[in-house]
Amino acid sequence: MNYASIMAGFGGQGILMIGNLLSIGALEQGLGCTYFPSYGVEMRGGTANCTVTISDKEVGSPVTARPDGVIAMNGPSVDKFGPRVKEGGFLLINTDMAQDEKFSKDGVNVLRIGCNTIATELGNPKLASMVALGAFVEKTGIVTIDSLVQALPRVLPEKAHKLIPLNEKALKAGAKYAAEN
Amino acid sequence: MTKSFEKGNVAIAKAAVSAGCLYYFGYPITPQSDIPEYLSGVLPGLGGQFVQAESEVASINMLLGAGSTGKRAMTSSSSPGISLKQEGISYMAGSEIPGVIVNIQRSGPGLGGISASQGDYFQSTRGGGHGDYRTIVLAPATVQEMYDLTILAFDLSDKYRIPSMILADAMLGQMKEPLDEWKPELGIDYGHSEWILTGAKGRERRRVKSLYLGDGDLAEHNWRLAEKHKRIAENETRASVDIPEDAELVVTAFGSAARIARTAVDRAREEGHSVGMLRPITLWPFPAEEFVKVGEKGTPILAVELNTGQMVEDVEIAVKGASKVSFCGYPPGYLPSPDEIYEKIMEILKGEEN
Amino acid sequence: MKQVFGRPESLVDVASHFCPGCHHGTIHRLVAEAIDHYGVREETIGAASVGCSVFMYDYFDIDVVESPHGRSPAVATGVKRSNPEKFVLLYQGDGDLAAIGTAEIIHAANRGEPLTVIFVNNTVYGMTGGQMAPTTMLGQRTTTSPYGREFSQDGYPIKITEMLAQLEGVAYAARVAVDTPAHLAKAKKAIFAAFEAQVEKRGMGMVEILSSCPTNWGMNAIEANKRIETEMIPYFPLGVFKERKGSDFF
Repeated sequence: MNYASIMAGFGGQGILMIGNLLSIGALEQGLGCTYFPSYGVEMRGGTANCTVTISDKEVGSPVTARPDGVIAMNGPSVDKFGPRVKEGGFLLINTDMAQDEKFSKDGVNVLRIGCNTIATELGNPKLASMVALGAFVEKTGIVTIDSLVQALPRVLPEKAHKLIPLNEKALKAGAKYAAEN
Repeated sequence: MTKSFEKGNVAIAKAAVSAGCLYYFGYPITPQSDIPEYLSGVLPGLGGQFVQAESEVASINMLLGAGSTGKRAMTSSSSPGISLKQEGISYMAGSEIPGVIVNIQRSGPGLGGISASQGDYFQSTRGGGHGDYRTIVLAPATVQEMYDLTILAFDLSDKYRIPSMILADAMLGQMKEPLDEWKPELGIDYGHSEWILTGAKGRERRRVKSLYLGDGDLAEHNWRLAEKHKRIAENETRASVDIPEDAELVVTAFGSAARIARTAVDRAREEGHSVGMLRPITLWPFPAEEFVKVGEKGTPILAVELNTGQMVEDVEIAVKGASKVSFCGYPPGYLPSPDEIYEKIMEILKGEEN
Repeated sequence: MKQVFGRPESLVDVASHFCPGCHHGTIHRLVAEAIDHYGVREETIGAASVGCSVFMYDYFDIDVVESPHGRSPAVATGVKRSNPEKFVLLYQGDGDLAAIGTAEIIHAANRGEPLTVIFVNNTVYGMTGGQMAPTTMLGQRTTTSPYGREFSQDGYPIKITEMLAQLEGVAYAARVAVDTPAHLAKAKKAIFAAFEAQVEKRGMGMVEILSSCPTNWGMNAIEANKRIETEMIPYFPLGVFKERKGSDFF
């Protein structure tokens, strides 16, 4: 098993956070994992993306031209990474930030989900990326929701630990939506 | 033990601490600043010293000073900063002062950019500064190796009284992977401490220097260094070799390029092609013997680098025409995908290479 | 019979390479007397510089590490930071300290590194054969200022001690000369004070010593001594520019 995923969006959407969470979740399951963030000259703002490659043996390339799965949290990310998804791969589009109902690619399974809407219903729009990750692992099965929940304390800073139950709720709400759509 | 999940840069910083390095001298530069940021937080609490120097020039010379007293010390930088350090590295080599220098390569020439590159291969493996010398150059390809090879760099540097360099790049520095933070044995006696400066208490004064003006003294000193280089090459050359008996092609790459190439090689293998992988871990000393073995079979070689062709020259020197050597280079600003390297592999296997 | 004069213990009993009339030998003696006086010989690590001063490792009976040109304040920083209990001695010329190593001395001083810096200013690059130094006097002819130093072309002779005295990390800064017995006595006092600054961990102690270079000045020893009085001291005034007692400013 070698699964390369890209998560992308605006800076501040929690992209790198869910990349780290997915990585630690994979470690919790005893899998190999490499997390490679994009980085630029700008310190704040702009776009953010990272590649998370999960494997049952040692991970080879930390970068990929044909990801198995993509989480696109905004419109530009759909445009940039959507066409790259491998045949048989999976693309998650956050419809709250990407009004692109047109995108389709043969052999690519697309899930359209209003992550911000679901997060706001849970009480905090900042949880949108957690909703997306929950939906992503539900659809792809690369790691379990339980592994992600176990990984939360290792990824969230100490001062945010009181928010662990809420994050867990967001992951599960995403997974529930994905299971039903 | 639970593995941590760390950035390559942080793995180097943690390894330095595990190796008993209490002194760090540096200057901020992207993409390696995680190293000084980590150590500035940790070293003071361990009774060590973190000094943010006024320049790369000053920081390498602080390393020289600490090294002359036998203390384990480190500096780190990225390509343009490493250029500035060459003066001090040459003096350290000439005076046989140990010390570890980390180069998290970015792109050049000049100010270049901050993307990953392997453009400093020549600079690292040919000495870099003035004079006839070498430094040990270790090229990690994983976050775990960033840790392991940093510890090795300290050991080899002390063992042979020679500056050691970690040659990584922005990709290895910024990516995160699981890390086993093992602790090495410290205080190994390499049987030569009689040069270390401690103050001339109850003994003859000592001088750590590279200036030799007496008739023939400098030639003798250079030959002695050359002998040492030979000893290092005989004993410390390292490579990761995964070449099937019936290999039709051997791909060679180091560091991050080797990671990308590895995925391409695996894909070719899955499709039934017998493709080998040879990854130099020490860039100096270069694992020439491993290439000689490939040459003896006449197996073609494909060198993949994130530059326009540097290590490939060492490959050609090693095989002396016995194998056809192809090159696939990616200068900075662009990271190749495994697919591109796979295509190149297939071209060679099908005899379609231009 | 009581011995009233002898070679300081910290000075090695060898013939020096210095030219007749050069002040390096005199300055070496004063520094060696200070090493003896403070009893630090066995705890001292010297950071040698490049120029005529490099041979300190042949003349002082102490451990010495060589430094690249101008870098000894950085080398000494590395030594001192990793060995705070040792006494670290620098001995630099004007090309080394005031030209190529300006950044290193200023920042070591500004960090308040407790180092003792002996700065020998003879207004010329001695070892390389008499080229213009940053301290070369206006009008002074050297091999690279054959028409005499001109301010519009080369700027003015740099007054390092006044500059360093401005920095908070400097505990002691003085300029002295060794051209007369009276100056020699003051020079000795200043060198001792620069040692004390380190021994008492107060910060950097530095002494600039106006020195002769008869060979490159094209003079005999007596003329060279006289030049210090008539040309150099009027431009490079002698005196203590900074003296901070106590360690309260750290």
